[in-house]
This record gives sequence, C-alpha cells and structure tokens, in this order.
Amino acid sequence: MTTMTRPLPVPADWRDFLALTKPGVMRLVVFTGLCGLLAAPVTMDPILGFTAILCIALAAGAAGALNQWYESDLDAKMKRTRGRPLPAGRMDRQSALHFGVGLGVFAVILMGLAINLLAAAILAVSILFYVLIYTVWLKRRTPQNIVIGGAAGAFPPLIGWAAATDHVAALPLFMFALIFLWTPPHFWALAMFVKSDYANAGVPMLPVVAGERVTRTQIGLYTVPMAVAAIAPWPLGLTHAIYGVVATAATAFFALLAFRVATRRTQPEDRMRPEKRLFAFSIAYLFVIFGALVVDRFAA
Amino acid sequence: MNDPRRDEEDLIRARQRSRARVTALLLAALVVLFFLISIAKIRSGTP
Repeated sequence: MTTMTRPLPVPADWRDFLALTKPGVMRLVVFTGLCGLLAAPVTMDPILGFTAILCIALAAGAAGALNQWYESDLDAKMKRTRGRPLPAGRMDRQSALHFGVGLGVFAVILMGLAINLLAAAILAVSILFYVLIYTVWLKRRTPQNIVIGGAAGAFPPLIGWAAATDHVAALPLFMFALIFLWTPPHFWALAMFVKSDYANAGVPMLPVVAGERVTRTQIGLYTVPMAVAAIAPWPLGLTHAIYGVVATAATAFFALLAFRVATRRTQPEDRMRPEKRLFAFSIAYLFVIFGALVVDRFAA
Repeated sequence: MNDPRRDEEDLIRARQRSRARVTALLLAALVVLFFLISIAKIRSGTP
C-alpha cells in the first residue's frame, strides 16, 4: 500500500486575516471618520454612531485586504512588506480575495441598512477608489499615484458626517480637501527615505522617477494649498477660535518642517532626519487637527 | 520520531478550531449588535 503524499492545505491563521486589514492604517481612518461624525451638528444615537464607525473600519479593512491581494508580487519585493501574509506564504490569494470582497460588501450593506444610503454610497466609492483607481490603475503607472489615490484616504470624515446628518456640507468637504492635499507631502517624505525599496519593486514613486530635487519642491508646493484647506474653515465661520488657533499653530509647524525638507539637498551618507521628522509629524498633525475640530464643536 | 504528516494534520485541526472559535465570537457579537441597532431604531422612530 502506498502512502498518500499530496500535501494538505494548511488554512491561514485568523491573525493573518486581521493583518490583511492593515490595522495600523485603520487607526487614522477610524479616527478621522469618528471626528467627522462627532463634528457634525447633530447628536447621533451612540449605538448607531458605533455602527457607522464599525462600517468605516470594516471597509478600510476590506480595501487593505484587496490591496494586498492585488499587490502580493510587489509586497514580496519590498523589505517593509515582505512579511505580510501573502508574500510570506501564510495565506493563499483566493482566501484574501474572498475575505476582502466579503468584508467590503458586508460593510456597505450594514451602513445602508443601519445608517443611511448616502453614507453607504460614499463608503462603496471609497473602497472602489482605493482598490480600482489607486491600487490597480495608478500605483504602478504614474508618480502621481498617491496624489490622486490620496482621495481614497480622504473619504472617512465625509462618511462620518454623512452618517450623522444624511447630507454633505462645506466643513467635511474642507476636511476631505485637507487629507487629500496632506497625502503628497506625507507619502513623499516617506518615499524619500525608503526610495531604494520602491525602486527595487518598480513602483514609480516621485523620488524614483523625477529625482529628489523635484520631490522636495513638490512637498513644499503641496503644503501651501494644504495649509489653506486646514485654516480656511475658521475665517469662513465654519468653526470657532479653538479650531482656528490649534489648526494655525499645527499647520505653521508642518509648513516649517516641509520648508526645511523643500529647501535642503541630500548630502552623502544623509540620514534623512528632516524627512523622517516631517513624516512622523504629519501623522500627529492629522490627529491634532481632527481632535481640535471635535473639541471646538463641543467646547465653543 | 514525529510523523510529519501527523504534525501537519494537528496543525490543520488547531487552525480550524481557532478559526471556528473566532467566527463564533464574531457571529455572537453581530447578533448583539443587530439587536442593539433594532432597539436604537425603534427608540428614534427611524425605519
């Protein structure tokens, strides 16, 4: 009698499914979505508010899973991403695809049934934008990938606001614009110090394709409209002084760090400290701005 | 000496058990969430 030698498929661990949702990225998505919901001029039932934020988190997880499903070949080439479940061989691609599609469809249906159709529609657009426009279409084709793709990350405050009010107003559109214009300086600062990783993987990030000089200039240029989007809600009467003062101070510091990056040149053996500082502060910046928006709504 | 095939079968069973447990927990959480959503909607009078 012969022994069966066909290997049994080992199912992926549930922790790998969790890793597929990019929990680190989800933190900022959930926070900005929550702030959009809390800054809205209505008080939402806490259970329905929790459900809306859960839907935003699940949709972000679905988009992350589908991104990893499509990019597993790319992830395998980059130091930063080669330990993810698919390139590391801990999960098969079909499981990732099924998980991503299932999670996304569930999040949109739950948002539509429990909250409202407008929020569900924007949620669906945000998943499709991230997966189809950014991941499939732009990322491997153009250095403008994160400029246009940045819109995907800008949706959460809009969705939070729409979930609370069932309409879209000027303030969440400014928040959308802020994240959209914040994305290029944020990602290009990162791309400056992980340039070789992107180059090895063949991703046409701006420093790889156009060089560091152009990237530094673009970081400086994008910071200007970003600052306008961050501060404008105050003089326009959409927020009070608390937001205005915090946003102005935080944006001024952001602009200072961006100016330093924009005006320097890479030295031999450069450790890219100003770029790392700008990248780290850019994350804190969004937390501060959106936190101030909520405090302003309740305290003023 | 350990039988590698037996080890693999044990690993598969362990993975299946832990995934089943997590799925059960998630389903239970969803039952509670849907119940609470229904109560919230009844309370606020929304469809």
